[in-house]
Amino acid sequence: MTLVAHPLTVILLSPLAAALVIMAVPRRNLLAVRLIAAAATSICLLLSGQLCLVYLREGLRGLQFADRAAWVVDPGISYFVAADGVSLSLVLLTALVIFCGVFASWTVVYRTKEFYCLLLLLVTGVFGVFVSQDLFFFFLFYELAVLPMYLLIGIWGTGPKEYSAMKLTLYLLAGSAFMLVGILGMYFAAALPAGAPRTFDLTVLSQAEYSRGFQVVAFLLLYIGFGILAGIWPLHTWSPDGHASAPTAVSMLHAGVLMKLGAYGVLRVGLGCLPEGAHAWLWLMGAIAVVNIAYGAYVAMGQRDLKYVIAYSSVSHMGVVMLGLAASNEVALNGAVLQMFSHGIMTGLFFALVGLVYEKSHTRDIEAMGGLARQMPGIAVAFTIGGLASFGLPGTSGFVAELLVFLGAFRAHWQSYTIGGVPLFPILAVGAVVAIVVTATYVLRVLQRVFHGPLDEARYGEVGDARTTEWVTLVVLGSLLVVIGVYPSPLTDLIGRSVGSLVVP
Amino acid sequence: MMAEMLRQLRPELLTLAAALVVILADLVQTGGSRKWLGWFAAAAAAAIAASLIGRWPGLAAPVSLWGGAVVLDRLGLVFKGIFLLGVAVTAIGSADFAAERFRHLGEYYALLFFSALGMMLMASAGDLLTLYLGLELSTLSLYVLTAYAKESPRSGEAGLKYVILGATSAAVYLYGASLIYGSAGTTVFAAVAQRVAWQGFGPGLMVGIILVLAAFGFKIAAVPFHMWAPDVYQGAPTPVTGFLSTASKAAGFAALMRVLMGPMLEAASGWVVFVVAISGLSMVVGNLLALSQRDIKRMLAYSGVAQAGYALVGVAATSSLGTLATTFFLAQYLFTNLGAFLIVTMVGSSARDDQITSYHGLSRRNPALALALLVLLLSLGGIPPLSGFWGKLFLFWAAIRSGLYGLVLIGVLASVLSLYYYLMVARAMYIEPAGGREPVRLQPSAVAAVVVCVLVVVGLAYPGPLLELARRAATAFF
Repeated sequence: MTLVAHPLTVILLSPLAAALVIMAVPRRNLLAVRLIAAAATSICLLLSGQLCLVYLREGLRGLQFADRAAWVVDPGISYFVAADGVSLSLVLLTALVIFCGVFASWTVVYRTKEFYCLLLLLVTGVFGVFVSQDLFFFFLFYELAVLPMYLLIGIWGTGPKEYSAMKLTLYLLAGSAFMLVGILGMYFAAALPAGAPRTFDLTVLSQAEYSRGFQVVAFLLLYIGFGILAGIWPLHTWSPDGHASAPTAVSMLHAGVLMKLGAYGVLRVGLGCLPEGAHAWLWLMGAIAVVNIAYGAYVAMGQRDLKYVIAYSSVSHMGVVMLGLAASNEVALNGAVLQMFSHGIMTGLFFALVGLVYEKSHTRDIEAMGGLARQMPGIAVAFTIGGLASFGLPGTSGFVAELLVFLGAFRAHWQSYTIGGVPLFPILAVGAVVAIVVTATYVLRVLQRVFHGPLDEARYGEVGDARTTEWVTLVVLGSLLVVIGVYPSPLTDLIGRSVGSLVVP
Repeated sequence: MMAEMLRQLRPELLTLAAALVVILADLVQTGGSRKWLGWFAAAAAAAIAASLIGRWPGLAAPVSLWGGAVVLDRLGLVFKGIFLLGVAVTAIGSADFAAERFRHLGEYYALLFFSALGMMLMASAGDLLTLYLGLELSTLSLYVLTAYAKESPRSGEAGLKYVILGATSAAVYLYGASLIYGSAGTTVFAAVAQRVAWQGFGPGLMVGIILVLAAFGFKIAAVPFHMWAPDVYQGAPTPVTGFLSTASKAAGFAALMRVLMGPMLEAASGWVVFVVAISGLSMVVGNLLALSQRDIKRMLAYSGVAQAGYALVGVAATSSLGTLATTFFLAQYLFTNLGAFLIVTMVGSSARDDQITSYHGLSRRNPALALALLVLLLSLGGIPPLSGFWGKLFLFWAAIRSGLYGLVLIGVLASVLSLYYYLMVARAMYIEPAGGREPVRLQPSAVAAVVVCVLVVVGLAYPGPLLELARRAATAFF
């Protein structure tokens, strides 16, 4: 039994409603603005957590909690939301990150009202993408998730913020242009049962037949379109600039959740509807994924700006997700979705921590820091946990996710893809595992340079640890990384029940 | 018989009457504020537009008058609604502006009505000559309106440019029409259609069609016939620019569809390639040239060139779906673009120039105004769920169904490009500091018109009813 009727619609509407209410609050009343945002995101968190529990406890499968209303009858557009295990786990992730994001933005004092308004609008879009089962609304929510980013980075960002904001927006909108053509193509190319009206309904489109030629073209369009948002090399360049320039909560949300929209789109629309097309391109996806892992990690190693290190580590970790999707058997897909979840929590934590360190020490230059663990032990501990999860130490969530992805990749026997008689995917998996070693190097380098070594007393003698609301993010996200690492079965169970239907045969 | 004809033409006659009444009303009043004239003109236009609803049931089958010289059908009716609403919004929007700037107020509104009357004739034309009469009436009125700000040399220059290029395009139209007449032996569309169906189309007819297409390319400001648009848009009084860029453009499309889809449908295999080329070029070139503009009116002029390219996608689809899409697109574009120009009017009147720098910090100075402009610009950029998105969606939808994949890809990518310059305005309003600029002085009448426009643009997120209307109207040719 869910707490409220139409739980998914409530999850969608509460941030939107909060954004509208905030618009009406007097500009000076900062506390009210923050509390409204916190209340709305608490509702989302509570509901999505409970939905996951219900889904698990009642042994549900497939799409559940559906709400449906016709929007435009003739082109066949309807508001149709429903969630399966994959959607639910990502909704939970979004709710967690935005909940923490609201607290991480507690110190935003410049144009606070507008900031929270845009943040809540954006998160409405993210929730919408994860639960839409109508491709049309899927697209609509996708755009809603991208656009507020322009102002969020442009107004509250740091560094070359206008440039980064415009670059990010145009890259992602170019991606959405590819998506739109792919989606319209699917709408027309789907061979439906005789007499059935054309529709954007994803459940219908995933059952429909498409010609092989169409699938090959359409999958490539969708892969490029979604891939841009997922940060695939070489279309990733918007991501480090964007993440580094964005304010803390926006980086958290963007790297933590928005990049997952891209991977989720490839999974749900690409693999789910166009398996034959996917089959033609999975070798490319797999190869680019390994480039992502290795290149992201390698570039992260050379950064001096702490935020850029984390931003490039996101590019690297999204490679793991894409490798799982490319291997596309049940184990690998489960690992990929778990990696989305794990990376979302981890990178959310990282960006929150970088924000805190910057706020207190007024620098993001790694070379200029050192020994900060003495001044901010809590932050240092949380950073260490995140770092360990980042290179997949057993006992952290990163380990479980990466293990599943690599196992899946080793098991993927794609007879058609071979290099000199050896199947491709095991080779890719070996490459990826080697690249993870580089991850360990850059994480440890950052930990050592920033938190250990001699402390510059004159400069950092006065800086303190996290305070009051800042602890929320550290405690929630940090402990989750460990909890999932030690006891991953609820989450893998939740995901595992739904990825079966998305496996490419 | 005569009474029946007059009944059929009641909207046109009422429009004519409204024009005359406005002039007379202006003569009667000698002193005091004459702002009410704008409201009066708007109310009259809106009332005539509302009266069109009564004509809808009677036009389930087209009615032909004077041996086919005028054809009344539902598509024409929808376009007449678009023009009259355009007059209404422009009249409200310029009530304050015009009362402050112009000495001859009655004529200003009368010219708007005359222009709309010409457009209505274009939308109902069943004959090449009727079409020409409508074209001339609407364009002549617009020449005068463009040059209406007599104290501004720019306005006069814009009027002159518009006259010269407009006259050239009218000549091109006449030459094309004469070639069509020479080939088909008649100027009545229905008869031309029969000839084309029997005899196929020869080179004379084809050249005729291309010349007519070029003439309307001028009216809708499509590449390569767009060069007048930036200068004229920049120089004309801003509310007139708004009217010019929306209603006049819609009239060009109404006429273009009348010619191409009616008599020339059989010859589509010959002319579609030209429409596709003009459409693709307009989308790409219009958006590229808009990128570097510093003056918002010039930027919107180039954006309007690109928007004409989008609307042409529906014409290129040559299907009832395409007609529907173009009609829907133009209807929503009227409100989107007119709303944007009315905001530009207010900011321009306050700041005394139309540079994008005048918009710096607008979100701090006039938050509601900035939000309204943001919404309208995002709609122009095709961001869901605003009306412009649906307009483009239906266009691309029609094009895919007609197999024009390349055009759709160009259109979608050009849309992304266009967001760059729309976002540059957003950047000026939201990110740049105000730098000591004063809040914009709001003109109550323009604010009212902008509110209407924004409500329409946002309300069309639920496009069902307008879509259904356009769908029923679009069966005119197929």
